Amino acid sequence: MSNASDIPFAKTTKYIGAALPRATAKRFLFGRGRYTDDIEVPRMLSAAFLRCPYAHARILAIDTTNARKFPGVHSILTGVDLARICRPWVGTLTHFAGMKSAPQLPLAMEKAVWSGHPIAIVIAETRAQAEDALEAIQVEFVELPAVVDALDGLNEHSALINEAAGDNLIYATQIEAGTIAQAFEDAEIVEADFIFGRHTAVTMEPRSILANFDPSTGRLDVHQSTQTPYQFQDVYARHFNLSEANVRVVAPDVGGSFGMKLHVYHEDMAVVGASIISGRPVKFTADRMESFASDIHARDHRVRARLAVSSEGILRGFDVDDVTGVGPFSTYPRTSVVEGNQVVRLIGAAYRVTDYRAALRVVAQNKNQMSQYRAVGHPVAFAVTEYLVDLAARKVGLDPFEIRRRNYLTQDMYPHTTATGYQIERLSLEICLEKLHEVMDYAAIVAEQERLRRTGVYRGIGIATYVEITNPSPAFYGVGGGHVSAQDGCILKVTQSGEIQCMISVTEQGQGTEAIIAQIVAEAVGTDIATVRVFTGDTDMTPAGGAAWACRGAGVGGETALQAGKKLKKRIVEVAGAILHCPAHHLTLVDGRIVDAQQHTRMTLRELAHLSYFRSDLLPAGRPAELTVAHHHGPSGFPFAFTNGIHGSLVEVDVETGIVKILKHWVVEDCGTVINPLLVEEQIRGGVVQGLGAALFEECRYSASGQLLNGSMADYLVPMACEMPDIEVYHVETPTRDTELGAKGCGEAGTAASSAAALNAVNNALSVFGASITQIPMTPERILRAIGAVG
Amino acid sequence: MLTTALLVTVMVNGESVQRFVEPRLSLADFLRRDLGLTGTHLGCEMGACGACLVSLNGSAVHSCLMLAVQADGLSVDTIEGLAESGFISDLQTAFHERNAMQCGFCTSGMLIAARECLAHGGVPSREEIRDALSGNYCRCTGYQSIVDAIETVAIARAEKEVGGPV
Repeated sequence: MSNASDIPFAKTTKYIGAALPRATAKRFLFGRGRYTDDIEVPRMLSAAFLRCPYAHARILAIDTTNARKFPGVHSILTGVDLARICRPWVGTLTHFAGMKSAPQLPLAMEKAVWSGHPIAIVIAETRAQAEDALEAIQVEFVELPAVVDALDGLNEHSALINEAAGDNLIYATQIEAGTIAQAFEDAEIVEADFIFGRHTAVTMEPRSILANFDPSTGRLDVHQSTQTPYQFQDVYARHFNLSEANVRVVAPDVGGSFGMKLHVYHEDMAVVGASIISGRPVKFTADRMESFASDIHARDHRVRARLAVSSEGILRGFDVDDVTGVGPFSTYPRTSVVEGNQVVRLIGAAYRVTDYRAALRVVAQNKNQMSQYRAVGHPVAFAVTEYLVDLAARKVGLDPFEIRRRNYLTQDMYPHTTATGYQIERLSLEICLEKLHEVMDYAAIVAEQERLRRTGVYRGIGIATYVEITNPSPAFYGVGGGHVSAQDGCILKVTQSGEIQCMISVTEQGQGTEAIIAQIVAEAVGTDIATVRVFTGDTDMTPAGGAAWACRGAGVGGETALQAGKKLKKRIVEVAGAILHCPAHHLTLVDGRIVDAQQHTRMTLRELAHLSYFRSDLLPAGRPAELTVAHHHGPSGFPFAFTNGIHGSLVEVDVETGIVKILKHWVVEDCGTVINPLLVEEQIRGGVVQGLGAALFEECRYSASGQLLNGSMADYLVPMACEMPDIEVYHVETPTRDTELGAKGCGEAGTAASSAAALNAVNNALSVFGASITQIPMTPERILRAIGAVG
Repeated sequence: MLTTALLVTVMVNGESVQRFVEPRLSLADFLRRDLGLTGTHLGCEMGACGACLVSLNGSAVHSCLMLAVQADGLSVDTIEGLAESGFISDLQTAFHERNAMQCGFCTSGMLIAARECLAHGGVPSREEIRDALSGNYCRCTGYQSIVDAIETVAIARAEKEVGGPV
């Protein structure tokens, strides 16, 4: 249901639902952001890494003798040095039964398994001096045959990346629901083979870490560009055998993350180890080439899929095979199989399909590691689904909107369990579909498309539905043994002058977490938002929690803040009641004033704080004013809060050059209660552009021998302002009833289906040529090949 | 390789600074490391992303592509100087109100590019603003909010210029 009565706040609140700018973002406009690389501490050393130039090589010997003599060099460490103090990590989780992955150490030992694998770390007075010394390190390699293509890796005679495993198959799973054979019998069948290229996050701020170990106390202080500081507190403590209470991880300003900065990287572990061994602060900031060679990559799927449809356009069943190449091992601690798992479980989720079969194979290869990046699996699942749905529509002679109307889950079907087992509380698919139809002015753009086609201008219109996993419970990682928190904690304290400080475990990477938390706290406490200051990203300061992943900041962090705020309000009113000799239930807090049932101001929060802190002698005996509260909240009820929405894309394909121009993009999204529409819309727009980049430009290209060919910002194409369209965003609100706030996530919705919409739009444009394309990115060359303009 | 440190004198944000620098030190590293002006960011170190833009004698340049010694005798304004001088306060306000930044890493360069885009007066079209930003990557916003903010300032400045509509 999506009517106002279901929205607990929107009509009655001052701050929740308000399009407020982010107060704390002002520092960026003055050059006063503070990113990890901006931080310098006394006696700090800089690190640089020697990396394996081959995709797969045995390391026979490493000689650092000459390099150690270089000016400014403090020390050079190799694999054996760090293996002495670091426990290996293994990227498996028990709920992915049978998965296997090679144990990892900070630096390669006998073997390097991708081009870029760190082999030695030089720490020196400056980064430039460390880099100078790299050139004098001598390594004796024996190059080994490389597994580059994931399908080749499955061959019986393929080289083995992890010899102990016996093959290159990291994980395989099958899903079967209903009777797939029956669904395909006597049905119209559409099918396609898809290729999804590798791309990567390209955060504007590269990965950066400053580790500072104090051997006198055993204290480790790490500043790191990450979205999950508590996870790293746990990792560093466990793998370096330190007291966790003595490990502090701070995420200062983070220049973009998008899922990429929550994985464990060899360099980060090596820097922490180097600081422990040297007793000096050590900093490492990746240069852009290192980012391309070591930041996790995303996607890399080959999908073969079939869809059965009745002649009336009723979808009957999906049959899917996904092979994904994830690099040499599975990423720690969240694994590299979540993406594939979500691909094979999300396909068809928006539709009334009960017959379903899918198989997933996750394969090791000698490329950089692949793991979770914004919208994990969703873009692949919805490109496959929505392409096939469009194909089915064409086969049975239906309009793309009409076939979706006939097959979507509808309001009478909730709660709903999908064929693959996902439990869905409530979606608004049909409402979003009709809204998109209206805001695109569909009839008009179709008419314009037909008119222009007669003049040799080829436009395409594409739509793509998504459902998105948000507010994840421990079902994601915790149940498989992963040390990944799905709950959050919040401390609120009233300052001596009656302002509020909020320390919360969700983190900020620019999406506006701190802003929405301030809005929620001000609302819940009943005070002026200008007096609320939110602190995040410091494991010494806030309770432990999940931080930022899988779209949980608003839904899980927001509910934590809401309940903490209500708790504090109750506490304040109790103290006020004791001071004023008035029953607490007759009092409330409005804009920082304690008011009675007649709305008369009895005292201000400032006065209450003053009394509580400076004249505690005036309070009733034995009743100190405890103006600090803590609250924790973890998702309960549905394992995930599924959101939904739909994208529309209007493109023009130049059939001479193969270049696609995106003219316009629309999104109708439903993330439940919207806390700040300004921020939701910008999350959607930014996400859309990352998906359009994947659709048209972005690809990590490898040579046949496993060399990354385009590891620079000049060669890897990031969408630019001049290539991107204006994006219209509309909201439908279906709050989750699992929380009082009702918010779900929105950060990945833009990326989840924009590439699918673009794919459908380009194919719509190409349909007049009887051509189609099922590979992204849809480069000009691939488009020209698709229409037969080049061989 | 010439490694002896050289003395440079650069006017930085209106103040003359003198330092001995290695010949290979980039202007960006000089500003960030030697002067603590960390508002200038390094995103690619090859002149592609625009995060390191500074104003050199009034023109936007990539401080990652220039050596500190090349700035000897010249005048450099960084985001810190431009912001504190008040010259770009209308752009800052528009960026803030429109939420034309998320992680903030590209923002210094964006403001410097925006300032240059509007330096010659007039109201550029959205297309022209997008073209002017084509050397500035932003990975968070999708650009639209940045274009909106710059357009808002262009219109406001033009109206102020002609004492235009109230």
